[in-house]
Amino acid sequence: MLNKVKSNEKKSIRAEYGRTLVELGRINRNIVVLDADLSCSTQTAMFAKEFPERFFNAGIAEQDAMTTAAGLSTTGKIPFVSTFAMFATGRAYDQIRNSICYPKFNVKIVATHGGITVGEDGASHQALEDVALMRLIPNMIVIVPADCTETHEAIKFAAEYNGPVYIRLARTNVVDIFAPDSYKFDVNKAYVIKEGKDATLISNGETLTETIDCAHLLSEKGKNVEIIHMPVVKPVDKDTLIASAKKTNRVFTIENHSIIGAVGSAVCETLSENYPVKVTRIGISDEFGQSGEQRELMKHYRLTGGCLAERILEVL
Amino acid sequence: MTEQLQSLTENDLREIKALCKEMRKDIVTMIHGAKSGHPGGNLSAVEIMAVLYKKCMNICPDWNNSPDFEKRDRFILSKGHASAALYSVLARCGYFPPGELSGFRKLGSNLQGHPSCRHAKGVEVSTGSLGQGLSMACGIALGLRLDKNPAYVYVYMGDGELQEGSVWEAVMNASQNNLNKIIAFVDRNKLQIDGSTENIKALEPLKDKFEAFGWNAMEIDGHDIDEIYQAVNTAKTMDRPTVIIAETVKGKGVSYMENKAGWHGKAPNDEEFKIAMDELSK
Repeated sequence: MLNKVKSNEKKSIRAEYGRTLVELGRINRNIVVLDADLSCSTQTAMFAKEFPERFFNAGIAEQDAMTTAAGLSTTGKIPFVSTFAMFATGRAYDQIRNSICYPKFNVKIVATHGGITVGEDGASHQALEDVALMRLIPNMIVIVPADCTETHEAIKFAAEYNGPVYIRLARTNVVDIFAPDSYKFDVNKAYVIKEGKDATLISNGETLTETIDCAHLLSEKGKNVEIIHMPVVKPVDKDTLIASAKKTNRVFTIENHSIIGAVGSAVCETLSENYPVKVTRIGISDEFGQSGEQRELMKHYRLTGGCLAERILEVL
Repeated sequence: MTEQLQSLTENDLREIKALCKEMRKDIVTMIHGAKSGHPGGNLSAVEIMAVLYKKCMNICPDWNNSPDFEKRDRFILSKGHASAALYSVLARCGYFPPGELSGFRKLGSNLQGHPSCRHAKGVEVSTGSLGQGLSMACGIALGLRLDKNPAYVYVYMGDGELQEGSVWEAVMNASQNNLNKIIAFVDRNKLQIDGSTENIKALEPLKDKFEAFGWNAMEIDGHDIDEIYQAVNTAKTMDRPTVIIAETVKGKGVSYMENKAGWHGKAPNDEEFKIAMDELSK
């Protein structure tokens, strides 16, 4: 499943999203796309260019975008709605809850610019709560892909699945982790991508790369950790988490999100009910972000591979 | 306009008046039975829903078993608290047996406090949280247009609801996309929970506001059956979205409820119920 050839070339998962939409739009006339004046950033502009009659720009009106998508879905269309994660989930929460998830309408929300790595725009634009908000709503599936390959497959899954899906994409460009020819997306699965015995590290999204780097650094210090990649935050693949906890008896969660409500919480909930072990949640503590360059912010909040290794060695 | 708009016949008027009478009794009975609900804004909506379902809309009481299901006109109850009126008109038009109305707001019932399309037959979308029905209608109208489906999309909004900013996002959406299949009603009973709309957050000049946003806007008496019918027929000839601002009386038909904000969300007790039913049976 993992890429055999290691490359440091970083690619835009947002561009991958745009390309995938166009690919799907060509084979399925029911795919429609909505945006809220950010189509160049979210890359839905690619779809708009090829299928202008199936693209609707709501303007700076996220509430209208979400509910319009809900209406479109009742006519058999498969709407993808995109804007920044902050505005998608914060501004339009009520619309997503009541007009999309309650009736279980077939709407896909693909939000970009999730997490601290929004960068210079600062706290007002850094969604650190979006996954938690979406995970709370019944009927919602929540996915945080780690690279372009996984993004492509997750978007394809969303188009085929009948019901609401939230997909969170980072602004960050990322290296390829998964091999396109062997990677299979499964909404019910978390993936053990490295086996180990001393601790389990559970991550997703752009922090998976950092987690892999961290594991290399830990192995140099004689610690052999297991890595679980958990792209689907809801539903939770309980079996994989419990099996790994039984093996290592020590768990760390690592995510570019508040430590409240997303991967950290989902893992704690699952393990405390089934096989309680000590879990350390690594992410953004209960605080707002700030402006800075992406890499600077990752270091400041101690989420780079090197910082993660230090933090884990302190307690392991 | 070259086309002469037809009026309703005496027979039509009699039929709709009889339906309105049944609906008002249903509404008061359902809310009394549930010991909760919103009598004021249900009673103000009766004539409009009756005219739409009986005379204006292409309806599908067999719902998705009907071969013409996709061609049906859509009705979106944006002010979801007028659910009793909607359930009543659906039952009286044959969507489900009127006997089910007694389950209104009760555990396990299809007739949820606010309409849920996963529960009740004939309910197009789930509503209740205000300010979302018009955006929903925009999405439906856009989807129908892509399919070259000529169905109309009716939206029923409360006047207080227009204080939600999201309504005006949708007003701009309909205008931008020329969604002339949307025919929206505003139930202008001038009252909301805490009092007069004009004292709380004024809506006037309401017609001017819609016109400034590019809509065709009309003002009618929301309890005049023929006027409602004519307004819808006029709206159907328009190349822009239409709003019909219907002046109504909150609590219409029950003397002690009329024009009283206090009857927005309160059920009548047994004695009040009896008085209401006596008045509505006359």
